[in-house]
Amino acid sequence: MAAEVMLMNEIEATAAQMGIDMNIDFSSIQLPPGENCGIISDDDDVYHDDQLEFDSGFGNVIVVDNLPVVPREKFEKLEGVIRKIYSQIGVIKEDGLWMPVDPETKKTLGYCFIEYNTPQEAELAKEKTHGYKLDRAHIFAVNMFDDFDKYMKVPDEWAPPEIKPYTPGENLQKWLADEKARDQFVIRAGTDTEVLWNDARQSKTEPVYKRTYWTESFVQWSPMGTYLATVHRQGAAVWGGANTFNRLMRYAHPQVKLIDFSPGEKFLVTYSSHEPSNPRDANRVVINVFDVRTGKMMRDFKGSADEFAVGGAGGVAGNSWPVFRWGGGKEDKYFAKLGKNMISVYETETFSLIDKKSLKVENVVDFSWSPTDPIIALFVPELGGGNQPARVSLVQMPGKEELRQKNLFSISDCKMYWQSNGDYLAVKADRYTKTKKSTYTGFELFRIKERDIPIEVLELDNKNDKIIAFAWEPKGHRFAVIHGDNPRPDVSFYSMRSTHNLGRVAKLTTLKGKQANALFWSPGGRFIVLAGLKGFNGQLEFFNVDELETMATAEHFMATDVEWDPTGRYVATSVTSVHEMENGFNIWSFNGKLLYRILKDHFFQFLWRPRPPSFLTPEKEEEIARNLKKYSKKYEAEDQDVSMLLSEQDREKRRMLKEEWEKWVSEWRRAQEEEKLERQKLRDGEASDEEEEYEAKEVEVEEVLDVSEEVLSFEE
Amino acid sequence: MRPILMKGHERPLTFLKYNRDGDLLFSCAKDHTPTVWFADNGERLGTYRGHNGAVWTCDVSRDSMRLITGSADQTVKLWNVQKGTQLYTFNFGSPARSVEFAIGDKLAVITTDPFMELTSAIHVKRIAGDSTEQTEESVLVIKGPQGRINRAVWGPLNRTIISAGEDAVIRIWDSETGKLLKESDKESGHKKTITSLTKAADGSHFLSGSLDKSAKLWDTRTLTLIKTYSTERPVNAVAMSPLLDHVVLGGGQDASAVTTTDHRAGKFEAKFYDKILQEEIGGVKGHFGPINALAFNPDGKRYGANKVSLLIYNLLMELDVVVCCVSNEPCLWKVEIYGSTDVFII
Repeated sequence: MAAEVMLMNEIEATAAQMGIDMNIDFSSIQLPPGENCGIISDDDDVYHDDQLEFDSGFGNVIVVDNLPVVPREKFEKLEGVIRKIYSQIGVIKEDGLWMPVDPETKKTLGYCFIEYNTPQEAELAKEKTHGYKLDRAHIFAVNMFDDFDKYMKVPDEWAPPEIKPYTPGENLQKWLADEKARDQFVIRAGTDTEVLWNDARQSKTEPVYKRTYWTESFVQWSPMGTYLATVHRQGAAVWGGANTFNRLMRYAHPQVKLIDFSPGEKFLVTYSSHEPSNPRDANRVVINVFDVRTGKMMRDFKGSADEFAVGGAGGVAGNSWPVFRWGGGKEDKYFAKLGKNMISVYETETFSLIDKKSLKVENVVDFSWSPTDPIIALFVPELGGGNQPARVSLVQMPGKEELRQKNLFSISDCKMYWQSNGDYLAVKADRYTKTKKSTYTGFELFRIKERDIPIEVLELDNKNDKIIAFAWEPKGHRFAVIHGDNPRPDVSFYSMRSTHNLGRVAKLTTLKGKQANALFWSPGGRFIVLAGLKGFNGQLEFFNVDELETMATAEHFMATDVEWDPTGRYVATSVTSVHEMENGFNIWSFNGKLLYRILKDHFFQFLWRPRPPSFLTPEKEEEIARNLKKYSKKYEAEDQDVSMLLSEQDREKRRMLKEEWEKWVSEWRRAQEEEKLERQKLRDGEASDEEEEYEAKEVEVEEVLDVSEEVLSFEE
Repeated sequence: MRPILMKGHERPLTFLKYNRDGDLLFSCAKDHTPTVWFADNGERLGTYRGHNGAVWTCDVSRDSMRLITGSADQTVKLWNVQKGTQLYTFNFGSPARSVEFAIGDKLAVITTDPFMELTSAIHVKRIAGDSTEQTEESVLVIKGPQGRINRAVWGPLNRTIISAGEDAVIRIWDSETGKLLKESDKESGHKKTITSLTKAADGSHFLSGSLDKSAKLWDTRTLTLIKTYSTERPVNAVAMSPLLDHVVLGGGQDASAVTTTDHRAGKFEAKFYDKILQEEIGGVKGHFGPINALAFNPDGKRYGANKVSLLIYNLLMELDVVVCCVSNEPCLWKVEIYGSTDVFII
């Protein structure tokens, strides 16, 4: 602002010096189509057509209106003033400033065009100088050149929007009704992006849809699996449909880098960061929030990267994505952003701050939403050299009441982990030892759903152990921790409900010396994969937490990623292109049986298509679990049929191949026989062809190893 | 039988060849001196001195009397196997990459590398029964393929020549006229440099290995693609068992990257595939560098199915030839055949 004021003075001073008459005839000023003229039409089509015109080529040109109209003598002066103002914002292209002159009067027309190097600079210039007061009579009206067309198209008379007849859309959830109850996944390898069925029964994949250059950087499923989002230079797009993938909507956001869906997939947040023209400035960040179904932009946030940098002490840890974190479960009611000394919570009804102001929390460095309820857990580190303790608070939205607070002493760092149902919150607190030379770790466990939210403190058996990983059992009451300083750490399992006392945490077991550094619970709980990624080269252990037994150990050499399918039936492990060799993925059963593996060079992504939450009530689910035998009969029979069919097909295939091979061999033998004499001639009559007369014989041997008789009693 | 280590070469090995009876083994290396060994006990029988550069290739006549060697010193030499004397020297303007005697040993096909302004070429030379009558003259010179021709072999009845190399195309030429008869299909054929090519014992089909991580089995007469074996690494060497329906693929990443990676990541194992079903059935572990050649001893079947020699060597680390045999005793490298209770030991 200071700069602008100074400029103003400068202009006046210069004007006075030059004797320019700053009082200019009002009538000569052409009224510009101001911002208000850009009323967004209700008509979707008009809106979209304009939004989606990405490449008119004038994106970096602005039109500055309401300039003084000056005669030729003063032209250069005015041009100099304008150049001075606008070159502060960005780099004006060579010959990028053009102020047209009336050919008759030789006076300027009161407007000019400025071409910047980048659209971002133009955008910024528009934002900064629109409404800028040169003097009382000359308030700048700045518009993007590209916007003029849009404004011109706005009809003078309001016409009621045309109501289009309702056409039912495609069933976007059709994949859930797959007869074989299979799951889909998307893979990206090289330039191809492919959606496939996981046909585990047949140990193979079945293609659904494939497209080259489907996305320019990555793909992402919406949280309930309805949409597949692709990212392009011009913006993001979502795809879906009953049987194939059609483009459902586009969201214009030039140079979008990151995207994030709200948990209920109503909204899409897009992010881009732009290099500033002045290297000393921070990057400029643009964040848009779109309505997924209508494609309408609900709110945009623009600013320097510093404003959006969150987390870390002092807030200099850079941008962490997502900047906006969604809260309140699948209803998509709130989203929040961490700021300096505050958390800004927005609600999606109006897309404005709750109570029009942010939640003030001095020195807050981290926060996290409950996955199901509108509760924020926030962490404030220790201040004043330990005089003011660190604290963790639970704050209820939208009322902003503090539900619970816990002060923590000599804390070096803190991490918060919510259980997927929002029942529990674990706070991992790293504390300094008395000498302050080292740290040790403890857990504060909050029982959110119980009265007064009791807190329990948990320390590991050896409290000096470093914590390598922590994970809650989804929908469950157990959690797993990898801890220890050895090259082979220990893995411990705890339950929030000990057998004797439901309100106490208890250790279930500790597995010693595991080659693991990451935990992957099945989405249904009960099973967990202990994975040794990176340094451990892809060791996998499939563990049953109910029985506390290892089901299988395996290795997917160099594995970089592990992901359970949404039903908890299969596990995919993949080696992505961070490694040069071995790229591809393996599909395992939940109990660690390798079902199939597929190799793909330049393998980038493997993502299971998520499923929406089940509509079954917990009671119904329990009933099914109890009568599982009854329900599973049908599927077991099917499984058996398939496996019979498969082995039959396999035998058939082998037989065919053998037959085909035999045909070749007999053909070769015949040719060989025919040429025998000629060959002899070539060898000066030597007849020895013996090595060419081999014959392959297949011998099958069946051996009876053991025969035993047992009397089985039947009890029905 | 324990694996035999044959020590003698001072620079990495480049090529190995058994004679027809399988009792002699000829080895070529970058150290200029082809060597002959007793295959049974690994004893060194003799060397062939005279080349002035790395020796890339060799072949031995059916009667094991004459050896032909091709070298980077731009010559191909004929040798008396027994005496180790040079019989004749063919001079070329560029290194010789592959040689093969025709049926009857009266002709030899030689490929030469592109060098300076010379393009790669396939030469057919007449081999005189009496070496004093041997001439330099080529019966036929074929030019055309881009880049190096890594291998050229004779087709049935010496009527055709099959060539393969850097341009990933397999070509069949008329050995009389030098006319191109057939070319492998761009779609179904290899996508990258073909590194190796080996014929079946009866010459009816052949196997090609390529850096595109696959090996392909072709009919020699029609150039019909019969099988494709896909693997996880560039294929440097291929071999077909003379007895069982097995093919073996060897390879690994570039030698330059070997030291920087875990030995398992390098994929140096030789992999066994079922020739008919195209499924991976086993592997030999324990290599420290890329495998650059594989060979089965043709004598295997004379001793019964229990004794198939597999010859494995690699270019980077091993200066020694290692011969392993199928026998009932344990040896250096084990072949695990997956899903079977049998363990084949080579």
